Formats: sequence, structure tokens, C-alpha cells
Amino acid sequence: MADDDDDKPGDRRPMIVLAGNPNVGKTTLFNALTGLSAKVSNYPGITVERRVGRVTLPDGRVADLCDLPGTYSLNARSAEEQIAFDAIVGLAGEPVPDAAIVCLDATQLARSAYLLLQIQELGTRCVVALTMVDEAKSATPDPKALGALLGCEVVAVTARTRTGIPELLDAVVRAAHGERRAVWTWEPDPAISAGIAAVRAALPDAWMTRTRFGTSVARGDDALALWALSSIEARADSAHGDADELDVPAAVRTAVERADLPEGKLDAPILARWAFLDRELPRLVAKPPDRTRTERIDRVLLHRIFGFAVFLGVMAVVFMSLFAWSKPAIDGVDSLFKWLGDELRTAIAPAASEELCDKLTASTDARTIVTDFLVDGVIGGVGAVMVFLPQILLLFLFLGFLEDCGYLARVAYLMDRIMRTMNLHGRAFVPMLSGFACAVPAIMATRTMERRRDRILTMMVVPLMTCSARLPVYTLVIAALIPGSAATQALLMVGMYLFSVSTALAAAWIMSRTVQPLKAKRLPFLIELPPYRLPRLRDVVRMMWSKSSMFLREAGTVILVCSIALWALLSFPRDPTDGHPDRVAACAVADGDEAKQALVDAESGARLAESYGGRLGHTVEPVLAPLGFDWKIDIGIIGAFAAREVFVSTLGIVYSVGGEADESSEPLREALRSAKKPDGSQAYTPLVGLSLMIFFALACQCMSTLAVVRRETRSWRWPAFLFGYMTTLAWIASMLVYQVGRLLGFG
Amino acid sequence: MPSLAEVALGQQATVREVSGARAFRRRLLELGLVPGVAVRVVTIAPLGDPLRIEVRGGQWSLRRSEAAQIDVDPAPHG
Repeated sequence: MADDDDDKPGDRRPMIVLAGNPNVGKTTLFNALTGLSAKVSNYPGITVERRVGRVTLPDGRVADLCDLPGTYSLNARSAEEQIAFDAIVGLAGEPVPDAAIVCLDATQLARSAYLLLQIQELGTRCVVALTMVDEAKSATPDPKALGALLGCEVVAVTARTRTGIPELLDAVVRAAHGERRAVWTWEPDPAISAGIAAVRAALPDAWMTRTRFGTSVARGDDALALWALSSIEARADSAHGDADELDVPAAVRTAVERADLPEGKLDAPILARWAFLDRELPRLVAKPPDRTRTERIDRVLLHRIFGFAVFLGVMAVVFMSLFAWSKPAIDGVDSLFKWLGDELRTAIAPAASEELCDKLTASTDARTIVTDFLVDGVIGGVGAVMVFLPQILLLFLFLGFLEDCGYLARVAYLMDRIMRTMNLHGRAFVPMLSGFACAVPAIMATRTMERRRDRILTMMVVPLMTCSARLPVYTLVIAALIPGSAATQALLMVGMYLFSVSTALAAAWIMSRTVQPLKAKRLPFLIELPPYRLPRLRDVVRMMWSKSSMFLREAGTVILVCSIALWALLSFPRDPTDGHPDRVAACAVADGDEAKQALVDAESGARLAESYGGRLGHTVEPVLAPLGFDWKIDIGIIGAFAAREVFVSTLGIVYSVGGEADESSEPLREALRSAKKPDGSQAYTPLVGLSLMIFFALACQCMSTLAVVRRETRSWRWPAFLFGYMTTLAWIASMLVYQVGRLLGFG
Repeated sequence: MPSLAEVALGQQATVREVSGARAFRRRLLELGLVPGVAVRVVTIAPLGDPLRIEVRGGQWSLRRSEAAQIDVDPAPHG
């Protein structure tokens, strides 16, 4: 409601950032600090989530708390690290934080302290939240001694029980009022000092501490210069294949290039930080934390036989949940929107529903148009969006649970050997498996991979997997057009699955060798295998909700607009003189509803053929004729763009058996079987059926997939590429099947 | 000098030098895989690759080809 009312100039809300490595309990702490106030959005231009919540400080002020992406370092090799850096120093439109809460994992103290050292060098005021103390038990360092060593306050917290939270916030208030100083634990050698000085001289005014902090902190500027040196140099190796450009002014870039430090020179700051930690921390940490529980679980879960058995079991559960268990919910959403549409239609035009024959003539009546728009366009479109929710919710429930307990990293570890043959990331396995149910949640699941290149490559091949929306099409085509026993038909269905897996893998292999931003040989695969931990239901549910609501807000709007556009395409123009006189006359004397309904269905078929979409079907007929399709199938293909299964109902209208026809409708099957070409020969031979199935297997017949790819890649370029390559591939493959088949004499 | 890829399952070694592409080497160094640190090969994935290594109490999945760029002293640390 009254949401941004407190953004008065000069009275800025304090900004606190929450930084830390992945898997250190940062999200749990964020949720504990902000309660239900968190809002999730995206950083402009990229798919990194920006989570900001409110927290009331002990001094009565309300502060914004921004949860930064979990990173191991600030040297910007990835989008996540770039954002963490920008938010910590207050660049690229991010406000300068009043203080940073840095999570240090008591069981991984040195590694998490490394990030803290980098943050403190930059002059950001820090408070340490020491997490995982319940896990580290007696290995937990003394917060006071640690604080004295690191030069900032350290508070041990257990977010679950809120232990330490008030003390942490007290420390944040003290830090936010403290002076700005840059804490360095090492001294650069002359060569690096010279490089730093040269780059610092080139820093734009907006980057200097005197502008950002309002007070000059010399070593903070040094740290920023060092960051530019390290990040630009690391980015120079495009080996990590990230297409994102580092956002650095040209002058700084030139200064870095001119400094031209010898190869390996910039390892020194890293080694110096580690030397400090290795020298000082052992005094504070009595013994390494106990990992026997994780080791024991891994002995089973990563075992060469049991490991794969458990893996198959877990994946089967994920797959079944998407494929089968979500079905009642999906059907529920479908019938809910159908019911809503029917109710609305009756409410607006109660009379029209009574007499079947009126449907022949009423189509240009303003009331009918408005009703059709609301029912078929808007409610149908909203339904088309909502229908994805059950699968998205379920998939992210599982993903959140598997990620938080530590198993998802193990899946990548187990599958890497197989996936990398196709130059895919080990973590691409789960999205590809989910693609068997639906590409939309599967594409959203690519976010578990940190490299943009890996995410995009996976998104480009996931839509080739046999999603559940292709099944009604296959079922109809196989039942209507493919002769043979039930066993042959079942075998063909299995064949379609195998076909989709092999094309997806082959496509990944080919694209990773040919498409420029996806091209990358031997990308490093370095992932942490965190200790097993019991996930918190609250964190999982919150993640699930934030993903779903983002889908509704961003991809949902595109899907809705496309649905309405497609509805218009298939419903207009409406001829004011519609209602074929013969049919109107016949209806008046028709005996019984069945005969009348047949006339209404025939009228709907004729209208669809006359619509813009229908004319488009005629227009594209020459293009699709080499594949064995006629204009009626072409209209079905146009309709299928809304969702593949719509092909079936569109064909139902074209063949005048009514739009309610589903894949098991015998009249529709019969209509397809007996359809004739103008010359009287059979229109749809088994070969046409096969060509049609290949087309549906390969073509990107799904606007929702394109909408979600656009949302995940933040550009129209990738959905355009996806649509282009899949449709071209589909055309070529179906054409080959049909033409070669004909040459071989298969009709 | 042996590389981490040659360390036997369950054995510990000491890192001597990390080579390889600059960005990847920096990443390993920043994670604490610096010369002098003890590293252990905890498990090998069922298909023979990647390795699971332990450094400073944290465990990582690392491919053989990447482990081959890390020179180690087979002698156990300390």
C-alpha cells in the first residue's frame, strides 16, 4: 500500500547490505532479519535476484537490508560478483551502504573471512555475523578475539532461534555511526603499488571515496584500483565464457592495460590475504569442525551403486511430481478458468446460450465480441499463465529442498562426466529432466548454474525435450494415422522420447562448438559440495514463492498478451453477413440439438478458415507443403503456438467436430483418417503423420517458452535464436522425412 | 612433480603450485587452494571423474583435467 512514501530526499533510509559466501546460512539470516517484508526483483539487464527487506534498528530507524548474491570473492568474474561488489562500494546505481553484515561460517572460518578482508580493504563498515555456530560447536572461535583480530565487531547468531539477532543489530547501529576506514592486513610490493597508483589516478570522480563516502579514505581508493586491476585482468581470459561485459569506465580500462603487471603478479594480494589468515586464525580455532556425518551420508549417496540408485529414485520423484502429481492441480486450474469463462458468458449474454441456431449469426454483435474477448482472450490467457503454476511451485519446492540440504551439488558431481561430453554443466541435468514435463519451469531451473553461458546453452536445448504438451498431439496422430498394433504405436511413442533426448544432446554439442557466446572448450567445473544440512521449510517456501511470483509478473504478462493476440488472430475478421445462409436455413428446420450443433460446428470451422489466422494458414501452405501439410494442419500449427496441445482443439474446429475435441476424440480421428486432398487421394498418410510428429518434436511451438527465455536472458535475442533454429531444424527434418519417405514409396 | 590428479583416493598432499588459465587459477587461489595448504582426495565420482577434494575443511568437485594443473607434494601435510 503506502510503500515508497518514505523516500523523501535528504532523509534516506539507512542501507545495510548482507554479504557472504554461498552455503553459510545467509538467506536464513536475511529471512530472520526482514520477516515478511522482503521484495524480490531483478537487477537491470541480468537474472540475478535483488532481495531487499526492511529491518527495524534498535535506534528506532527503519533500514533497507539488501541480500547480496553469495560469492567467494569480489573480483568480478561473474555477474553475481559484480553485483556484490557494486552494492558493497555503492557504484552502478547502488546506494552506498551505511554498513555491511558479513556472514562468516564458523565451520569454514578462513574461507569466509577471505571475503571479509576484501570488503574491509574497500573501506566499507563491517559487522560480522558468525553463523553455523551450532554446527561448529566447540570449534567455534571466540567472537571477541576474532573481532579484535579482524578489526570489526563479531556477533555469533543462530537465525533459527533468533539468538544473537538483537546484539547483531546493536553492532550494526554502532558500525553505521563509526568512522570510515579501510582495513588492510597486508602491504603491496612496489610493483603492485605502482600499478595501484596509476589506476587510482584514472578513477572517475564518482568512484572516489570522497564522492561516495563524503570523506576521503586513501586506502579505500587503493582497494578500488586493485579491484579494477584484478577484475579486468581476470576478465581478459574469456575462458569462463561469460558474455557479460565488465562495467568499467574506459579511462580505468586504459590505465589497467598500461600498468601491464607481469603475469602472476596479481596473485600476490590473494596470497598475502591468505598468509594473514593462515598466520592468525589457527590461534582462534582449536580444531577443524566435525564432518563425519556428511562423510557418512556421502559414503552412501555418492557410492557407485547405491549412489546412482538413490539418484535415480530422487530424480524419479521429481519427474513424477511434474509429470503426474501436478496433473490434478493443472486440471483444477483448467476447469476453474473454464468455469469462470462459462459463468461470465452466461452473465453477460444469458440469452445467446439458449438457442443454438443464434450462434450462427451473432458473431458481430458487440456484446458477443466483448464476451468472446473476455472469455476466450482474457480469461483464457490468464488461464494459460496460471496453468504453469502447479509445476513451477512443485519444481521449486523440490529444487529448494535439494539445494538447501546439499544434494543438488552432488547431482552435478555425479552427472558431470556424462553432461560434459555435450559441453553441458553437471547442473544442467535437473533442468533437462524437468523439460520432459514442461520447458517453462525447466528453463527457470537453469538459475542453479552460476555461469551465464551454461544457463543459456541449457535453455537453448531444454525445449527440445518431449514436454507433456506434445503428448496429446502425438497421441492423436499415432491413433489416427499410424497403422499397426498397440505395441507398434507404443514403440513409436518411446521412439519420440529417445529422438528428443538425442536431438537435445546433439544440439548442445553442436551449439557449444558453433554459436559464438556459447562456444567454450573445457570450461572449469568447480562447485562446492556443502555439508548436508536440514533445510528450513520457511526458506524453501519463500524461495518457491518468489520464483513463482516473478514468473507471474514477468513471463506471465508476455504470455497473456500473446494469448490475446492469438485469440484475435483466430477470431477476426468477423463478417457482418456471417452465418452462411444455407446453414441458417438448415438450422431453422433442423431436427434436434445434435443436427443444430453440427451446423454450428461447421460454421465455426468456416469462420476459422476465414480468420486472419486461417488466411495465414493458406498463405504459409506453399512453405509447409514440402512437409506434407495442408492449410488445415497449418492453421492447427498456428493455433499450437499458444500451447502445443491447442493443435488438437484447433483441428477439431477446422474439421467441424467442435472445439471441445481432445486427442481421444473418435470423430476427430475419423475426420483426419478420411480427409481427402482436392484430387481425392488420402490427405494424411502415415508418412504425413510421422512428418507432423517430427515437426512438433523439433519446432519451438510455444510462446510461453519464448516468454520465459526472454525473461531469463533479459533479451529478445535468445528467444529469437531459439525460435529460429528450432523451427528451421523442424522444417528441414520434416521435409526430409516426407520427401525421402515418398521417394521410398511410403505415400 | 605429481599433480593433484595423481593423488590416490583418500590420500593427502600439499599444494606446491597452481597453474592453468589465469581466471581459473585466481579462483582456486581465492578459495584458499594456495601453495602450502593440505589437500585430500576424498572420493572419485562413480564414473571416474570429477574428484571430490577437501581443502581447509571445505569440499569441492574438481575435474581431473583441472586437478592436473595443481602440482602437489605427495608427502602429507605437517
